[in-house]
Amino acid sequence: MSLEVKDERVRAVPLLGRLLSRPELGAIAGTVLIFVFFGITAGDSGLFSAKGIVNFLEVSAQLGILAAAVALLMIAGEFDLSIGSMIGFAGIIIAIPPIMWDWPVWASVLMAFGACAFVGYLNGLIVVHTGLPSFIVTLGSLFMLRGLTLGVTRGITGRTQASGLHEYSAGDWITPLFAGQVFRTPIRWLADLGMIDKRADGLPAISGIPVSIIWWIGLTLFFTWLLMRTRFGNWIFASGGEASAARNMGVPVARTKITLFVMTAVAAALFATIQVLVTGSADTLRGNLKEFEAIIAVVIGGTLLTGGYGSAIGAMFGALIFGVVQMGIFYTGIDTDWFKLFMGAMMVVAVLFNSYVRSRAMRSR
Amino acid sequence: METPLVELKSVSKYFGSVIALKDVSFDVRPGEVHCLLGDNGAGKSTLIKVLSGVHIPDEGEILVGGTHIRFSSPKDTLDKGIATVYQDLALVPLMSVARNFFLGREPLKKTWFLRQFDIEYANRTAYKELSDMGIQLRNPEQPVGTLSGGERQCLAIARAIHFGAKVLILDEPTSALGVHQASVVLKLIVQSKARGIGVIFISHNVHHAYVVGDRFTLLKRGKSAGTYQKNEISREQLLNLMAGGKELVDLEQEIIKLNNGKR
Repeated sequence: MSLEVKDERVRAVPLLGRLLSRPELGAIAGTVLIFVFFGITAGDSGLFSAKGIVNFLEVSAQLGILAAAVALLMIAGEFDLSIGSMIGFAGIIIAIPPIMWDWPVWASVLMAFGACAFVGYLNGLIVVHTGLPSFIVTLGSLFMLRGLTLGVTRGITGRTQASGLHEYSAGDWITPLFAGQVFRTPIRWLADLGMIDKRADGLPAISGIPVSIIWWIGLTLFFTWLLMRTRFGNWIFASGGEASAARNMGVPVARTKITLFVMTAVAAALFATIQVLVTGSADTLRGNLKEFEAIIAVVIGGTLLTGGYGSAIGAMFGALIFGVVQMGIFYTGIDTDWFKLFMGAMMVVAVLFNSYVRSRAMRSR
Repeated sequence: METPLVELKSVSKYFGSVIALKDVSFDVRPGEVHCLLGDNGAGKSTLIKVLSGVHIPDEGEILVGGTHIRFSSPKDTLDKGIATVYQDLALVPLMSVARNFFLGREPLKKTWFLRQFDIEYANRTAYKELSDMGIQLRNPEQPVGTLSGGERQCLAIARAIHFGAKVLILDEPTSALGVHQASVVLKLIVQSKARGIGVIFISHNVHHAYVVGDRFTLLKRGKSAGTYQKNEISREQLLNLMAGGKELVDLEQEIIKLNNGKR
């Protein structure tokens, strides 16, 4: 090792020191801690049975889909608070046309994605061209979208919910893509081998893995690749790290940020599609507070609120912690009222830890 | 005499009623360091911005390699091989050296049907280019924020040279640096000159400029106060011209008076 070192001022950095300079370390450590904690307190409550695992993974997956996109946007130095009401907005667009006017579900899903992408584009355009903080701009769209969704829904249906979508979506080719299950056969084999417990009727406790988990992992891997291994990824880091420097070097900062606003909006539409097709109903109030939950997951994942630093993998672990804690509290029988206290404290600890990690990484000689 | 790489002829620039530059001529030849000296507000920044295509002069001509040119944008100027290293250096502290080196001009490689950022090539090239210029990096993946001020300056200069700059405009590259750090940057300026690059070195530090400069142009209140070859002028004369020898003498007199008044 010492032969490779050329500069006498360089010392070999211990493995721990190198690990500490990765943004996702805090979230991975947190995940281990959470698993140990619930392993002790909720070990035999069923949280870690096949059913329990699928339950918390599903919660994590839905939030994780949002968090993956929000992580990239936050690394580029912007916030999107509008995704909370965007979920309700997209859900209503998906549910109402099939129920009211007999649209095929695939068409209304497509329209929801298009409408959200357009709103995301507008968010980005306003932020980039007015120079206003995205916090304020998207806070405005958070309220406007919720109001618009409520007003239009009540105007059309007279109510604020739309249910009974299952009978329309059941036969649609698009449903398995968002609300289906995968790995049914391997699950049955594992159950036959005794690795997954069976219900009283002899069927495995879970029939398959919800496809949302695949979306979550796939999206995280894709965004990680985008961030670390593409030109666009370099632009994301630079736009959030030092926008003026990026602009001087010819990076299209405005286009980069607008693209990311569209991406978070599309992630919100994906979240809504999964939720509406799984539950078969839409509610104008869906997605409430999801904008902040996504930010919490991203921040626990090691992304800096000020931009320029972070990771999509970290956001994935942030979302996993969220899901485990939410379901863990449920399984241990603690009053779920305590969940928010726990997550809030968790985020503050994560921010403290991450700022320590970053000051280590940036330690000048 | 060689054709100047870039030449300004009697350039004037006005901002409303303010005369920022009046009849200033300036040029730089290959393998030459031409120092542009002047106090704050002398018009140095305006001149840089005219040279780098940010401002379009109101009067006068710009010649690049002997042909008349109208710069349309900083990008256009860059494409013609004139690179400006501003004081803020256009570096992102949280990003790695290699990512900064290739910022905006990321090398791509094709894998299957995807075009990926070739990070291995970026790391290798940034490391090599910098070590060729005497900057030994510990690791091309270390964040720029961990570099010293001199190293950052050298990184910005090395980047400009790597991407084909024929003319380097350096805006106060040594002003914020300590003695050792400044000498590293000055050495890099001499190296660039040896590669045949024309360097325009903006400074108000005569000591730094005199060490590396071949010619010196003084700006005073928007006008040129003369261009001198190194053999025509001594460091002291240059200092006097620059600091306004008379003004300093006056200041000295005033301070003596103030001190006497106290007693």
